Amino acid sequence: MTRSANKSPLVGVLALQGASREHCRALEKAGAAAREVRRRRELEGLAGLVIPGGESTTIGKLMVSYHLLEPVRGLVAAGLPVFGTCAGLVMLAREVVEGDQPLLGLMDIRVRRNAFGRQVKSFEAELELPVFGKEPFHGIFIRAPWIESAGPEVEILAGHEGHPVAARQDSMLVTAFHPELTQDLRLHRLFLETVSAATARA
Amino acid sequence: MKIGTMTVKTGLAEMLKGGVIMDVTNAEQAKIAEEAGACAVMALERVPSDIRADGGVARMSDPDKIREIQQTVSIPVMAKARIGHFVEAQILEALEVDYIDESEVLTPADEANHINKWQFKVPFVCGAINLGEALRRISEGAAMIRTKGEAGTGNVVEAVRHMRTISGEIRQLANMDRDELFKAAKELQSPYELVKWVAENGRLPVVNFSAGGLATPADAAMMMQLGAEGVFVGSGIFKSEDPAARGKAIVEATTHFNDPQILARVSAGLKDAMPGLDIKELGEENLIQHRGW
Repeated sequence: MTRSANKSPLVGVLALQGASREHCRALEKAGAAAREVRRRRELEGLAGLVIPGGESTTIGKLMVSYHLLEPVRGLVAAGLPVFGTCAGLVMLAREVVEGDQPLLGLMDIRVRRNAFGRQVKSFEAELELPVFGKEPFHGIFIRAPWIESAGPEVEILAGHEGHPVAARQDSMLVTAFHPELTQDLRLHRLFLETVSAATARA
Repeated sequence: MKIGTMTVKTGLAEMLKGGVIMDVTNAEQAKIAEEAGACAVMALERVPSDIRADGGVARMSDPDKIREIQQTVSIPVMAKARIGHFVEAQILEALEVDYIDESEVLTPADEANHINKWQFKVPFVCGAINLGEALRRISEGAAMIRTKGEAGTGNVVEAVRHMRTISGEIRQLANMDRDELFKAAKELQSPYELVKWVAENGRLPVVNFSAGGLATPADAAMMMQLGAEGVFVGSGIFKSEDPAARGKAIVEATTHFNDPQILARVSAGLKDAMPGLDIKELGEENLIQHRGW
C-alpha cells in the first residue's frame, strides 16, 4: 500500500445498510480517508471503523450472513477505534432492553431502541457536551435509542431529558443522534483523535 | 426541541438507504420480512397484484391491521393513503405510522390535488415517473421519492424506464446554462428554486428509491446500479413461492449490488418468482403509473 506515506488515516464505514455516505463525507472533511466496508477483506488495514445509522436488525443480520460480526468484535476488542451512531450505538451495546438481535456486545451499556418513540416523535435539540465546552451540539434524533444504564467504565458525554445519548469507553465512541447529518465535524474530529492515538501506540 | 421538521423527515429516508422495504398484509408476513432483513415494511390490505386482479376501489388499510403489524415488528412501519386523501393521511398520522406513501396503487381520491404534506409531522414518500413529477411532490412536502414502475406486474421494465428518465433529466439540467433554467422549470412544471437546486447538485434533494415490478435479486441490484438508493418490493416477495428465502436474497442483493459473485450465489435455488405480466398486454388504460398529476 502507498498509504503509509500519507498522513490521513484510513477509516472504514460499515456500508451494509443505512447512512454510510454521510459519514464518508464527514470523515473526509475532517481529514481522514474513508472506505466503505461490505465484505470481510475490506476490514484489512483500517485505522478505525464507523458503524452508521440505519436499521440495527438489518445491519446485524447482514453482519452475521457476511461473517463480519466476529472479525469486527475481534478488531475492536484488540483496540481498533470505533464510532457508532444510532443503530451503531445499538450494535456496540452489551444488551438491548427488548429483542434478541445480533450485537457486537462490546460496550458496557444497556440500550433501549426507539426509546423516544416512533417517527412522529423524532426531533432536533441543542445538546450540551462538556467535552466541547459551551458551544452546543445540534442533535438530530431519528427513532433514536437511549442508554438505559451504563457500567463504571463508561463515560457519559451528553444527555437529553435525563437519558444518556452520547458516551465513550476505551476507544469506542457512541451517539444516539446523527452528527453526520449536520455540518458540525467536532464528534468526527474527536473520534479521529482516538484513531491517531491508537495508530501512534501501534 | 423541534419535532416534525423536514430534517427529521428526510433523515429517516437517509437511514433507510441501501435497504429493502417490503409490502406486507398481516403480522405473520411482517415478521417474515423483518427476519429477512427488511429495513421497513409497508402495511396494506392487498398487495398490488391482487388490487390489479380484484379491480374496484382500493383504500387505506384497516387501522387494526396496521396496529397489529406495528406491535409485531421493531422496524419502521409505513402505510398507504390514496392520492389527495388528506383524511386517510390524518388517520395514519394518528396511528403513528413512520412514513405515509401517497400511492397511485390505491384509487385516487382527488384528480387535481395531492395532499399538502407540509401540514403533517409524519413524513411522506410519493411516486414519480419523471423529474417534473418528483419535484412537484417535493414542493408539496414529500420527504422521499420512489420511481413508480408498474406495480403488481413482476415486470421491471417500467421501473427501469422511470429511473433512467429521472437520471437523464437531472444530467440535462446539470449541463444547462443557468439562464436556461427558468424555461426548464416551466417545462418541468416545477418550482424554479427546486430546479436550480437539482442543476447545482446533480441529484434530487431527497432520497430516491425504486419501486414497481421488482421480483428478483437481479432486479433489485440492477435498480441500485442505475442509481436507486434502495428498493420497494411489493407483490414480488409474498406472491413468490418461498417469500422468506426470496426476501433475504433481495436484501443481500441490494447491499452487494455491485458484486456479481454474491449476486450469482443469492439468486440460486429460490423457487418460482411471482408470475409476470407483459406491460403491452395490459393496455394503456390499465396502467396505474399515470395516476398522479
